Amino acid sequence: MPASDSRRDFEKRFQELHPALRPEEAAVEANRCLYCYDAPCVRACPTHIDVPRFIKQIASGNLSGSAKTILEANAFGHSCARACPVEVLCEGACVYHDWQERPISIAALQRRATDFLQAQGRSPFAPGPDAGFKVAVVGAGPAGLSCAAYLRRLGYGVTVFDREKTPGGLNTFGIAQYKMSKEVSLDEIERILKLGIELKLGVEIGKDLPAARLLSDFDAIFLGVGLGATKALGVKGEALDGVWDALSFIRHVKDRDLKPLGQSECTVVIGAGNTAIDAVTQSKRAGARRVVMAYRRGEADMGAYGFEYALAKSDGAQFLWNAAPVEVLGRRRVEGVAFEKTAVRGGKVVSLPRSRFTVACDRVIKAIGQSKLAGLAGELGLRLAADGRIAVEARTLRTSQPRIFAGGDSVNGGKEVVNAAADGKRAAYGIHLALRPGAPVPAGNEYWVSTIDGRRVAPIPQKELIHG
Amino acid sequence: MADLSTDCAGIKSPNPFWLASAPPTNSGEQVMRAFEYGWGGAVWKTLGQDPPVINVTSRYGSLDIGGQKAAGFNNIELITDRPLEDNLREIYQVKKRFPKNAVVASLMVPCERQAWHDIVAKVIDAGSDGIELNFGCPHGMSERGMGSAVGQVPEYVQMVTEFVKEKSTIPVLVKLTPNVADVRYPARAAKAGGADGVSLINTINSIVGIDLETLKPKFSVGGKLAHGGYCGPAVKPIALNMVSQIANDPQTQGLPISGIGGISTWADAVEFMLLGSSSVQLCTAVMHYGFRIIEELTAGLEDWMEARGFAKISEFVGRSAPSIVEWKQLNLHHKTVARIDRDRCIGCDLCYVACNDTAHQCIVLPKAKGKAARKPIVIEEDCVGCNLCSIVCPVDGCITMTEIATGLEPLTWEQHVKGGRYSDVYRRMHGQPSTAKRPGKSLSNAA
Repeated sequence: MPASDSRRDFEKRFQELHPALRPEEAAVEANRCLYCYDAPCVRACPTHIDVPRFIKQIASGNLSGSAKTILEANAFGHSCARACPVEVLCEGACVYHDWQERPISIAALQRRATDFLQAQGRSPFAPGPDAGFKVAVVGAGPAGLSCAAYLRRLGYGVTVFDREKTPGGLNTFGIAQYKMSKEVSLDEIERILKLGIELKLGVEIGKDLPAARLLSDFDAIFLGVGLGATKALGVKGEALDGVWDALSFIRHVKDRDLKPLGQSECTVVIGAGNTAIDAVTQSKRAGARRVVMAYRRGEADMGAYGFEYALAKSDGAQFLWNAAPVEVLGRRRVEGVAFEKTAVRGGKVVSLPRSRFTVACDRVIKAIGQSKLAGLAGELGLRLAADGRIAVEARTLRTSQPRIFAGGDSVNGGKEVVNAAADGKRAAYGIHLALRPGAPVPAGNEYWVSTIDGRRVAPIPQKELIHG
Repeated sequence: MADLSTDCAGIKSPNPFWLASAPPTNSGEQVMRAFEYGWGGAVWKTLGQDPPVINVTSRYGSLDIGGQKAAGFNNIELITDRPLEDNLREIYQVKKRFPKNAVVASLMVPCERQAWHDIVAKVIDAGSDGIELNFGCPHGMSERGMGSAVGQVPEYVQMVTEFVKEKSTIPVLVKLTPNVADVRYPARAAKAGGADGVSLINTINSIVGIDLETLKPKFSVGGKLAHGGYCGPAVKPIALNMVSQIANDPQTQGLPISGIGGISTWADAVEFMLLGSSSVQLCTAVMHYGFRIIEELTAGLEDWMEARGFAKISEFVGRSAPSIVEWKQLNLHHKTVARIDRDRCIGCDLCYVACNDTAHQCIVLPKAKGKAARKPIVIEEDCVGCNLCSIVCPVDGCITMTEIATGLEPLTWEQHVKGGRYSDVYRRMHGQPSTAKRPGKSLSNAA
């Protein structure tokens, strides 16, 4: 297949589930918004974007102003317009639901505004006056870069380290292709970097650079390191050819590098979270004829959102409930998965005797969650929660080490891009309060600071913005 | 079946819906097509003296509000730019083919007796059912001493009306301009001049907007614009007021009115008729959607009349006019308060912010958890019954303005100043102890 054909074929197969609104559609939709007071959609957004305001800005033709409102509250607003599970966040809170009407298409409108701004290729914000402090950010995912963006606006020098050669973390590599392409994430990051952030790629802290160096060279550290590798099934045959972890599989799709994935007659996806759904829908689009999603618990226990599950069903996936994998079969390559039927007794999954059965397949994708990445946190001597997450103080995201802050998946155990972005914002303010106690928030930063602890319904008195 | 036929100042038509003098009535071909659709009458695009005027290109502008196109509409087009003979011939052809529909010739010539006599004779010869004197057009022609330049001077209105009445054997309507301080004066002048009726409103002086990219007017003639005439749905309340003023003015009471101004639906038309119009004229809505809207105009009117038990138009023309009074005749002791239906409330809190920021601070948000916290509560003792909350509420029937019996005799400002005890009314309506024992009673006795 010639290159252009294969590119076209890829675009067709992985086309966006929610394409951009046309300007006229956006105008009609923007005018539907009621402009609620202290709107529930704002409260439902972890970053507290002033949704009614940005929508009215679209209605009045002020698209760049609208994008500024969005990015003021959420440095990853361009990505979140695509990656957010809005059905359970802003759109899920829309008062139109109580009216038995379709909620406002907030994500689509958000995209209309940020697409407009991104096309202009400029940052709506400027770095703040030099605060005289340097901060190291570990991890160039949405938590780290969000933190970096707000720190720069407060005037801090910021260096971001990432072990990958491409920035963005899961925002770049982990969002299903039909939701968002890699390019959108990279465009967003390019805009953020325009604030004057030093980005050091291909540097793994603790390996390429000792963690102690961060403590000696920087005044504060933010850890946005995410989670570790996809958890192992812990069964025989896991190393066979054709066994993938979901994130690597999705990353190949995002890189438009489908060849190593091979063709599949039947793919078995193990797990039932949102990443498992992504693995299912991406497999289907990558050409797998049959996709079976297997979960050791029942349908009611699945972690995926209802609308994600519905998408997998509409893609024609098959579901195997109460089936625990006990062995991946095959000699060199995968040939099938052996399962045992299960039941949940007293909250625990137990295998039923003599219930073993086999599903023939040529590919297995593991999507049973990521392990905690304890290495660096341990090296820095940080206190961890019982489940391995980095323990932080909730208001500032400060860890047990006073100069180290953390946020994103490594702290929340694995949530959405928007949660990571909100953490980055909160930590940036936490670092500001720690490094410059009593210093006023530099001009132009009052708004985003006011959206950290909740909605902004009335102008906040200046004295409340200055923390002593 | 309800009879939709009407007689406005002696001009009869099968229904009260006329096309206003404007681009839709520019030619016989258009008017005939409109009559085929079912329009009751047409006021011809204003005729003037030959040689015809020259119009500019770029003539119309629109005010779009919240996605509603042409909520307001603006134009700088002049009167007909076609030769008089062509228009007269087409009027004749239209009347020959549609003898039952009303064709009204709109006229505008200089304020000279002979000029008016000549043109009046010609349009009567052509078979017109009536004449409308265009004393309303506010742009272009007014600079030449015609249109609203006449309508703004009651003496001219009367003089020209007299010129026309000297010659006319058919009914004469005077079309009034709203660009005056008090529309009753030109209306009285029209009546004094012998007019058979008035039609109003013509368009309002306006600039539709400035383009923020070019910094030029939103529509312009090569970057420049003269003020135009404003019309469309947004002007309806202004027109309704002026219609009611003429209907209620003792000096013009009973003078037939053809109502004009922002009529888009049958319901708009009924409002004009209830305030005293025996025919209505439409333009903007027709220019927006075409002649076909007449189908719903007549059907809607007929349904409404049947539902209300009206057999004829004349049974309800002017029925609501007596409800429009002067402020001093309103009852100061009338009280309504807002009541919110909590089951219908969707929690947008628009009523809360509107009342709290801009009205009378009598709606509060309950200290509750979850959705209940978003359902506002009215402090009825503080509510002044201003209606603002019910206006901003997006849900029909959610906020109802409910009448509260005050137990007080009706009292108007007019009655009250005779009693001279304004401070007592203020105290009573604001829940403060009154100085008088039974002030309502004593005051009404005083009045």
